[in-house]
Amino acid sequence: MTNCPTLIVTVGLPARGKTYISKKLTRYLNWIGVPTKEFNVGQYRRECVKIYKSFEFFSPDNEEGLKIRKQCASAALNDVRQYLTDEGGQVAVFDATNTTRERRDTITRFAEQNGFKVFFVESVCEDPAVINENIVQVKLGSPDYTHCNTDEAVEDFMKRIKCYENSYQTLDEVLDRDLSYIKIIDVGRRYLVNRVQDHIQSRIVYYLMNIHITPRSIYLCRHGESDMNVKGRIGGDSGLSLRGKDFARRLGQFIQKQDISDLKVWTSQMKRTIQTAEGLNVPYEQWKALNEIDAGVCEEMMYEEIQDHHPLEFALRDQDKYRYRYPKGESYEDLVQRLEPVIMELERQENVLVICHQAVMRCLLAYFLDKSAEELPYLKCPLHTVLKLTPVAYGCKVESIFLNVDAVNTHRDRPENVEVSRMAEEALYTVPAHQ
Amino acid sequence: MNGTPITQAMAETPCVGERVPRFQRPHASVPQFTNSPTMIVMVGLPARGKTYISKKLTRYLNWIGVPTKVFNVGQYRRDAVRTYKNFEFFRPDNEEAMKIRKACARSALSDVGTYFMLEHGQAAVFDATNTTRERREIILSYAKDNGYKVFFIESICDDPEIIAENIKQVKLSSPDYIDCDKEEAVADFLKRIECYKVTYVPLDDDKDSHLSYIKIFNVGSRYLVNRVQDHIQSRIVYYLMNIHVTPRTIYLCRHGESELNLVGRIGGDSGLSPRGSQFAGALGKYIKSQSIPDLKVWTSHMKRTIQTAEALGVAYEQWKALNEIDAGVCEDLTYEEIQANYPEEFALRDQDKYRYRYPKGESYEDLVQRLEPVIMELERQENVLVVCHQAVMRCLLAYFLDKSAEELPYLKCPLHTVLKLTPVAYGCKVESVSLNIEAVNTHRDRPAGDEPPCTLLAPPSRHHSRAQPMASPVPTRAPRLQDLGVTSLSLQNVEVSREPEEALLTVPDHI
Repeated sequence: MTNCPTLIVTVGLPARGKTYISKKLTRYLNWIGVPTKEFNVGQYRRECVKIYKSFEFFSPDNEEGLKIRKQCASAALNDVRQYLTDEGGQVAVFDATNTTRERRDTITRFAEQNGFKVFFVESVCEDPAVINENIVQVKLGSPDYTHCNTDEAVEDFMKRIKCYENSYQTLDEVLDRDLSYIKIIDVGRRYLVNRVQDHIQSRIVYYLMNIHITPRSIYLCRHGESDMNVKGRIGGDSGLSLRGKDFARRLGQFIQKQDISDLKVWTSQMKRTIQTAEGLNVPYEQWKALNEIDAGVCEEMMYEEIQDHHPLEFALRDQDKYRYRYPKGESYEDLVQRLEPVIMELERQENVLVICHQAVMRCLLAYFLDKSAEELPYLKCPLHTVLKLTPVAYGCKVESIFLNVDAVNTHRDRPENVEVSRMAEEALYTVPAHQ
Repeated sequence: MNGTPITQAMAETPCVGERVPRFQRPHASVPQFTNSPTMIVMVGLPARGKTYISKKLTRYLNWIGVPTKVFNVGQYRRDAVRTYKNFEFFRPDNEEAMKIRKACARSALSDVGTYFMLEHGQAAVFDATNTTRERREIILSYAKDNGYKVFFIESICDDPEIIAENIKQVKLSSPDYIDCDKEEAVADFLKRIECYKVTYVPLDDDKDSHLSYIKIFNVGSRYLVNRVQDHIQSRIVYYLMNIHVTPRTIYLCRHGESELNLVGRIGGDSGLSPRGSQFAGALGKYIKSQSIPDLKVWTSHMKRTIQTAEALGVAYEQWKALNEIDAGVCEDLTYEEIQANYPEEFALRDQDKYRYRYPKGESYEDLVQRLEPVIMELERQENVLVVCHQAVMRCLLAYFLDKSAEELPYLKCPLHTVLKLTPVAYGCKVESVSLNIEAVNTHRDRPAGDEPPCTLLAPPSRHHSRAQPMASPVPTRAPRLQDLGVTSLSLQNVEVSREPEEALLTVPDHI
């Protein structure tokens, strides 16, 4: 996607969402396959100064404090250099206030010396309600304030913000016209974008312009049990079994009880998800991108048959389930690529129920829960279970709701022996039971 | 309201469990871009690229399946005032002219209403200067009264070189200056711009903070985006931020002739035939002879495009999205075999080649969706050579040359021919370069039914199902453009009941 590594630099007063943006952006970039890591200077400071006393540490005339903070920034930049140069990283997110032009110039010089591109992400916000909510959500639980009560913590943090305000030099249209940056104003009401240099910066801008912080819930589930599921066959386009239809009914009742305002319902273009949605009696949208992974030559086979006819392929898949592509089919890696527009739209939307398939659900879940490529293909997504995801603080709360309709288990764990030379029994050891 | 049209559609759905006929899509098969129609309103002094952006954006939106049309108020003015004398028409104190210009704007607005209400349009680009707050208020009122969303696109540029280049490229050849020599035209046009400057009030970040808009500064070095309301506006912003006006050339070609091409089989993943390898060599020579600075080369993941690129001796990138259309159960078959084994499918495909999806395969419509990121990246790039496949190349070509869904699947993309596309004025210049190496013909002509193909205005059967992607429709009050690109219609039967010989009439020769 890019030849030189990119250094993303956050800019903004405390409690403006810099760390929220850093973590979310890092999660997204890693998911689409761009190795990214965040470097939070506050974290370096906490490791250096073991105990946080009060806002006075951040006072502009606290020379001792200033020295430590500068050292922490340098240490973080050093680690950035190592990550981007020696560890194969492609993007590093330098998460700190970076509120002075002087500090930003230092970083720009550092990047130039090392051949990194720089992209600034500034968050500007003066809405006291937003800042307050921010403090409640993420500052009160910070290691800095474990020993304080709420009022003390809030008061101290407000004074901390004041320490930065006097020396804050926002990115300027004229003075900084040669820099590449996006300025996010009032949590996305307005954006100022300057000199986007390349593809990755363009994608970052697009992503940042689509995310929001309005509270909402995302419901993920698979279609009801299908006839193929019951027979232990993968793929295909079969309809629901009796138990699957029962699940569809229960799902409808569950959704009604949740009383969700303005719920969007999405399905794939395969019978089993459409039939499941039909049971809800609400409008729904069909996405081809949500179709199950294409198993190519293995479509509609049982694992036993795959072992019989394609033992080599079966072993190769176990060796690298994320990257393995079925002959004439797809890999999980391909799936992630085709699901990217779904994720982008999920970010734009508010309350959504996505009725999809096992491999697809694993990919979506991995995005929300920040799972690696190694873990992704083995995430547990059982039939007849709804996962309710609610964004909270810097991550996602997950509730798992089993709707009390039995179904076959379709989860195949990674077997111990993944060698091509293995015996059939070793390959089939982890295949779940079926008719 | 979200509920009503889709509930209607649901009542007509066949019972759960029955096979849903492929062309009957009771629910939106792609995410709904927007419920209310959107008015995209250009803002800016003359020669700031408003019409360029209008046309390009319209082309893109139609290609991705959002029915969009441009309403160029200057065109209405030219129809109302047959002969253009000089810039005095645009003087702010010319009351007579002011009346005419206002009437033209209202007329255009009224046509926007017709387009949305009667022609199932989803987006309308209102292309005019719209430089006064008063004019913008009129538009906003109109939209509010009718329940349309409004998104402004303001182009701000003070670089005299860019403006001069703009005037040269598109103003000198305008109908307004047909009788003038170059210097006269430029002088008059510059005075015209001055007329507008007097009353120009740009979108104000404070006073207009409740409006949705993007401000483009100096052809894209900077953007200001305010209050993006929905998905379509987000896509528009993304697109606008990726296009540029730097001169460059895009080369499109297919892989060299493949082994499967030779025996008349579709799809598959075969290697190059001897003639195909020859083509690859010739392509390398041709590319060298073009001396293209910084050329990027893209291929698909399939052997035949990769082998073609290998012969060029330069670095190339493989895109899975550039893979040929998946013919599902028909992969690796000859047309004769398809007719023998799947006669109904074969006929259905001829009835609607754009939307038809091979069982377990893809449709052209699916292809367009998966090629969208390729188009976006092509817009970002400069000189690129794309080595791809017949159906894929048709989709890409349809985007650059603004071809409709009806024409797209029948565009001629012969083997061993390079199409060189150069953006010029408001469109694209195409040069077709045959590298003089024989190859089989893989083009299967469009069979004709009794009626000619319906290119425009076929309303979708349900409000929320995706309307058929169209070419930018014929602009209102402009001479009707000739229908381009549709090949000579052979008289052929597309009925399911047809005889095998009738089905195979247009199949090209093969071994």
